[in-house]
Amino acid sequence: MSHIGSYEERYKSFNWKQSEEELEYGKNGMYNIGYYCSDRICEKGNGKKLGLIWEGFTGEVKKYSYNDIRVYSNTIAKFLQDTGINVGDRVCLFMDKVPELYLGFIGILKMGGITQPLFSAFGEEALFTRLDDAKTKAIMIQKKHLPKVRRIKDKLPDLTKIIVIDADEAATPQINEIHFWMEKTPKVEKFDIVKVGPEVPSVIHYTSGTTGKPKGAQHAHSSIIAQYITSKWVLDLQTDDIYWCTADPGWVTGTSYGIIGPWALGVTQVVLDAGFGAEKWYAFMQKYKVSMWYSAPTAIRLLMKEGIEAVKKYDLSSLRHLASVGEPLNAEAVVWSEKAFGKMFHDTYWQTETGAMMITNYPGMKIKPGSMGKPFPGITATVLNTKTYEPITSPGMVGLIALKPGWPSMMRSYWNNKTTYDSKFKNGWYICGDRASIDNEGYFWFVGRDDDVINTAGHLVGPFEIESALLEHKAVAESAAVGKPDPVNMEVVKAFIALKPGFEPSGDMELDIMNFIRKKLSPLAMPQEIEFVPSLPKTRSGKIMRRLLRAKEWGEEIGDTSTLEND
Amino acid sequence: MSEDIKKMIIDYVKKEYLEEDSGVTVNESTKLISSGIVDSFSMVSLKMFLEKKFSVKIPDDKATPEAFDSVNNIMNLLKEYTKI
Repeated sequence: MSHIGSYEERYKSFNWKQSEEELEYGKNGMYNIGYYCSDRICEKGNGKKLGLIWEGFTGEVKKYSYNDIRVYSNTIAKFLQDTGINVGDRVCLFMDKVPELYLGFIGILKMGGITQPLFSAFGEEALFTRLDDAKTKAIMIQKKHLPKVRRIKDKLPDLTKIIVIDADEAATPQINEIHFWMEKTPKVEKFDIVKVGPEVPSVIHYTSGTTGKPKGAQHAHSSIIAQYITSKWVLDLQTDDIYWCTADPGWVTGTSYGIIGPWALGVTQVVLDAGFGAEKWYAFMQKYKVSMWYSAPTAIRLLMKEGIEAVKKYDLSSLRHLASVGEPLNAEAVVWSEKAFGKMFHDTYWQTETGAMMITNYPGMKIKPGSMGKPFPGITATVLNTKTYEPITSPGMVGLIALKPGWPSMMRSYWNNKTTYDSKFKNGWYICGDRASIDNEGYFWFVGRDDDVINTAGHLVGPFEIESALLEHKAVAESAAVGKPDPVNMEVVKAFIALKPGFEPSGDMELDIMNFIRKKLSPLAMPQEIEFVPSLPKTRSGKIMRRLLRAKEWGEEIGDTSTLEND
Repeated sequence: MSEDIKKMIIDYVKKEYLEEDSGVTVNESTKLISSGIVDSFSMVSLKMFLEKKFSVKIPDDKATPEAFDSVNNIMNLLKEYTKI
């Protein structure tokens, strides 16, 4: 029996108080997420239960009980306090999926810091932009990523604590560097968790927009109310589940549903710190008898490429429930998953800004392959007319996906950028930036982005950030970055580039520019294709007509370009 | 000859995908994809490098994470399409 039971009944009678009561949220004045993900589970008598089973790419395995999670996060919290980190300071986590990332996340929250997890494949410029914006005081980092920080730290006056978690013992720390080995540090059995209020900032996740720099979506501790109940009702996490969320905590899925949700429920989760490999994944799930699997459409499509034969070599009978996130899950993938695993993937729709699932498919509710599903209980969702911002009442008509503000995990602002935050609201609705339609049974159907942001493998990449970086390449005169269709990643970055005089298009030039962006920003931002052009189409005011280029890539009707020219 | 090519690929991986002083060593059997040294997005640039260097076209369906997971695996892949 699934936790949610009847979706319709839940939707009718839902109140967020229900989640708060189950969590005993606020009992004894405690609102700190760190407490609910560790100490509370131990107080409920589950301290010996495994909370984290971690496996590295070499096959090394580490296991942590909930008591271990409690004690290690205490140890990190105490260390940070002793180092001079104060309540409200931003502490960045810049690591691969190692145990210190998960335990550090809880430790930072326990001492009242604001966690700022960043994808460890970010290049130095992407890293600089985000640390500079957040005025980050400390960064916890693996030594393999340290050179990136060393190259930019002189430009970051606020960054005064660079905490290396796996330094060689003989290594000498440079200025502002501190060596910390979690497992060698004396364990802190008791730590006074900082009693923050429910509205105190907890996590900042950076996300990209069409223009300007990436924005830090700032969440509050009370986000756990939504993350807990959605983990329970959508992921259907049960006491005996072995749960695998494949997302990296550098992105919001990896924290909302790779740390907070499952640990607030006291579930055992497994983590594989290794690159993608179909058979590797199947062997991992077989080994740990994974029962609930939360992954991404891109990964599912990569698995599809390897064929059902690969699946059948492994015993995956433990799988009970599957869900996906990050981009629309195409109908073919849903149908394939039923053939391959005997279960359909349940698509979930939400964003960095929403902090928790908003429109999803539920266990027990009919799945319409290719549909986003229906709004979570407690969420009022609609599609709005693009001009009037009034809800569309006719089934099948495409509009802007919009949500009534007020759910607990809604971002509280963009860090340091209230103006952009305010611009996300129209007529009392939060505008997600995506387009969809609603059918006559209330199912939402994703259509596409309403802006130029590129969704590649479930991650949003801002064209402006790529174009700005491209201009720093010695050969680039002007450029436009757009998303082009890709059978696996939904979209990949394509760059149109006009070269400066004296430079000629060539294969070597293309590769050089690709690697330049990969190292400066990230592999996700690296153009997978570059088209060299003599010049770029522009509006009368000189703005590059990115939408025109994008439309060509998608084979869309361009129509009358005169309006674009006047943009 | 084959050793020269292996060294060329190892040098390229070190130069393009690793920090100079990251402390990570690479040899012909080092896991490249599983270890995260080269991720699935960056595989595109590694494939392009190989195609240009050896004047070959590696079909997309052969450019799998397994086929790129070590320099030895890459050598096997190249042998299918070149006379190295």
